[in-house]
Amino acid sequence: MSLITTLARMEAVRDGRARPVATVLHRHLSDRPLAFVPLTTAGEAGAPLGALVGTDRDTPRLLVVPQPRNRDLRFAFLADLAEEMLPYLDSYADDVELEERKETDPETGKKVPVQVELCADAPQLLVPSAAGVAFVRLLGRSMRFRRTADQDPDTPFPAPARVPLLGRWLTHYGERSRVPGSSLLLSLTELLGRHWATGQSNLEDQHLGSLLAWIDPPEGFPGAEAALRAESARDADGQLLCPPAGPATDPAFDNKLLAPAIARYDAARAEVLGGVAGGEARLRLAENELRELIASQLRPTWDALWHGVDRLRGLPRGERVAERWKRDRWSFTGHRDRVRAGEPPQPKRDDAVTAAQKLSARETAQAQLEAQEALDDPLVMAGRRLAGEAFAGEVTEVEMAWSEAKVPRPRPLVTVRTEDRPHLEGEVKLYRVMADGRTQTGEFAGAQAPGALVVRLTGGMGRGKTPEPGSVPEPGDRMCWTLFEHAPRGGPELPDAESTPWTHGGPPDAVALGPDPDPVTEEDYL
Amino acid sequence: MIGTDCVDGGSRAGHGAEPFDPSAAAARATEAILRDTLHGAHRGVVVDSPPGAGKSTLVVRAARELAAAGRPLMVVAQTNAQVDDLVDRLATADPDLPVGRLHSSDPHPYDPVLDEHPSVRTSAKVADLAGLGIVVSTAAKWAHIKNVEPWRHAIVDEAYQMRSDALLAVAGLFERALFVGDPGQLDPFSVVGADQWAGLSYDPSASAVTTLLAHNPQLPQHRLPVSWRLPASAAPLVSDAFYPYTPFRSGTGHGERRLSFGVASDGSGPDRVLDEAAVSGWGLLELPARRTPRTDPEAVTAVAQVVRRLLDRGGAAVSERSEEPVPLTADRIAVGTAHRDQAAAVRAALTGLGVSGVTVDTANRLQGREFDVTVVLHPLSGRPDATAFHLETGRLCVLASRHRHACVVVCRAGVAELLDEHPSTEPVQLGVTVKFPDGWEANHAVLAHLSEHRVAWRP
Repeated sequence: MSLITTLARMEAVRDGRARPVATVLHRHLSDRPLAFVPLTTAGEAGAPLGALVGTDRDTPRLLVVPQPRNRDLRFAFLADLAEEMLPYLDSYADDVELEERKETDPETGKKVPVQVELCADAPQLLVPSAAGVAFVRLLGRSMRFRRTADQDPDTPFPAPARVPLLGRWLTHYGERSRVPGSSLLLSLTELLGRHWATGQSNLEDQHLGSLLAWIDPPEGFPGAEAALRAESARDADGQLLCPPAGPATDPAFDNKLLAPAIARYDAARAEVLGGVAGGEARLRLAENELRELIASQLRPTWDALWHGVDRLRGLPRGERVAERWKRDRWSFTGHRDRVRAGEPPQPKRDDAVTAAQKLSARETAQAQLEAQEALDDPLVMAGRRLAGEAFAGEVTEVEMAWSEAKVPRPRPLVTVRTEDRPHLEGEVKLYRVMADGRTQTGEFAGAQAPGALVVRLTGGMGRGKTPEPGSVPEPGDRMCWTLFEHAPRGGPELPDAESTPWTHGGPPDAVALGPDPDPVTEEDYL
Repeated sequence: MIGTDCVDGGSRAGHGAEPFDPSAAAARATEAILRDTLHGAHRGVVVDSPPGAGKSTLVVRAARELAAAGRPLMVVAQTNAQVDDLVDRLATADPDLPVGRLHSSDPHPYDPVLDEHPSVRTSAKVADLAGLGIVVSTAAKWAHIKNVEPWRHAIVDEAYQMRSDALLAVAGLFERALFVGDPGQLDPFSVVGADQWAGLSYDPSASAVTTLLAHNPQLPQHRLPVSWRLPASAAPLVSDAFYPYTPFRSGTGHGERRLSFGVASDGSGPDRVLDEAAVSGWGLLELPARRTPRTDPEAVTAVAQVVRRLLDRGGAAVSERSEEPVPLTADRIAVGTAHRDQAAAVRAALTGLGVSGVTVDTANRLQGREFDVTVVLHPLSGRPDATAFHLETGRLCVLASRHRHACVVVCRAGVAELLDEHPSTEPVQLGVTVKFPDGWEANHAVLAHLSEHRVAWRP
């Protein structure tokens, strides 16, 4: 935790309410996000219990699995979910703009510009908490390899038509959410935690209710008290007033309310199967009761999610957020194209090259995100300045100088008076944003006096012997230099998967996918 | 598993009354390594080297022998400083050996000292270095080299600090390779989460050697058995705490290295801890327990004062290198910290006391370096918690194994209790080989030893 965040958290404790740690919104927030609040069954991996889903905060669609251990009902739930989500995803697929991109021509091997489609906007999925993101991944994994009757008429338990497709999309969204700064799938706790510091621990911030209690404490309540209430206050029946944001449910709810309701449902279903008179009505009754119960757990989280969205919409947008969102749009367009091209679902495990590529891309994204957030937001930059990674001050002196080369280049020496204490050693490289938005490079050229740092400008001054007008600051200008690059580049190109080297097991085909199953022996038929 | 022809750690394993001859043991290990490298049937050879065991000497020797055998050789190191150091050593060892230094196109891409070697050619383009017997560069630079005839042989230096994905990017450039490194130092890391690949044999965030051995378990593995850097007072502790299953010995015996001061102690904490360290090789300057920010002003001042006194008291070192006492100068002293802001704070404090020329850096940047005396700000000093970062085995190992004579640790009291309150809680991942020892255990082992050399001081 950085020093400035620590300070913000201490101030939050003192003031009894969360402190902003950002002055702008650092993630893209869609005008029409799809909110998804899922619940899962305790003790069953990947058995959804219910969900609220939709783009309209007033009319969410409630989906319920009355008996989560019944796989037919589970599939019916997933089919309904696909019906809600896929039209939303599809609605963004056809509104495209054309972008020029360099691609390698397979015949000549040269890079040639081609026109490619880029979706003008992309669908955005919002879940309440980080556990919700993990659940989206789990659902994706459980669905994408299923076969429908259309795909394989002989498959013993065919999945409903669009379920595998939804699985591929959720997998894509879940994987994309691991990229720092991406906004296709976001959790509210992560979003709010990026913009506010509370007086509780990071772990406690995972509870959406208590996080919001710090950000918007009710009149007359300090944040800590409101958070405690959100976490643990119960009604006369022992039920939480603010149910957990899921997907896990509260054990008291499970034991006291859910289990008896499911038992009644099971009994009614047995009656229907046994042909007992009136069973149908009792089954409907039991099912409605379950729907109401589950809705009672979901609705507070649903409202909290939109409450959080409202708070975030109150922030002005960061300047460079659109640039990152464009990468999300590329990501969405890319997956749309793979689905349209009939490519198979994402493999169970990444091969060596894919894993290395993903890690490298994410590290680049992380470095870019850190730089862009600081450039977009003076409060974030203040944190970097406090950490010695940047300094801001006023220009007191500019001395023209040139490099010693055949064609001398301008290398003006700029003295900046600052109270910051950056970690400068040797001729460390420095960067700043110029008035026209370009980045100017420089290098540290020593300290004239304590607090008077000399920067030698090395770039951004054009090609001539004299610097372009406006590219060299003047005494009295305020400027902020960073020790970090503004647009860090990615790593090197990796070999194709087919040329994976011997150190990494050779091409993936040679290792096959995963270990072979145990051979079938006579004992298997005993 | 260790190759059969490796030399055992020595008397601890019990070789009867036969005295341990460090030079002979090291020579046997080196011969076996060179035999496997030059004439072995396997595509790779792995050499584990504890701190100061002559890894660089081995690399230089192997490079020269491979070049002499007429095998085009590429050498992969991890940082530009390591590459420059290696090229300098190669050119010094054999001034006629043509060596290429492949460098980046940044300004000041390499150490100008290389220009003084006539046989060293430097270039940012690999084509300019074609035909040279040895070409040396960083892994990051090699990764950009495409469409070239593969080298017959490679030496990968600091292979335990190289990430698996970095090896993936360069492994297509060579046919066979010698991998050399210290398994006890800092593991490579990633600034983003890589848990989703944990347990895969090619986890891109794992070390290059982990991936290499997972896919090629039959490769011969060797170990250098003697630390020439660490004194007899330090080798057993470092070996026990950080290399419990692959012990090593110090090349020198007790009493062969001595540290003395021209000026007597003034009775202050820094002087008393220096006297303790001069006698025993270790000193713990313990400040009163307190929770502090990372740049704990009292601890930082204490570190600076220890260094100041070390210089003021006219320290002199006697070692196997010379009979005459050698004055302990600023360039033979280092200060090690866990974080960069701590290093910056110590630098500022030293400047305030008028000290210059002392190396002050983080564990990451001190890797591979050697000094006579080190002063360490304990990674857990003053902390309210013990995170995985601060518990990392390699971090403490690097900090505790840079010295030839003595190591002084400055720390707030209460670290033992802190450790007990924060046992390792990293999730266990299926398929990941558990590393021994874990940082928690290693920290306790070092702390237990240090407490025997404790000087409590209230500044």
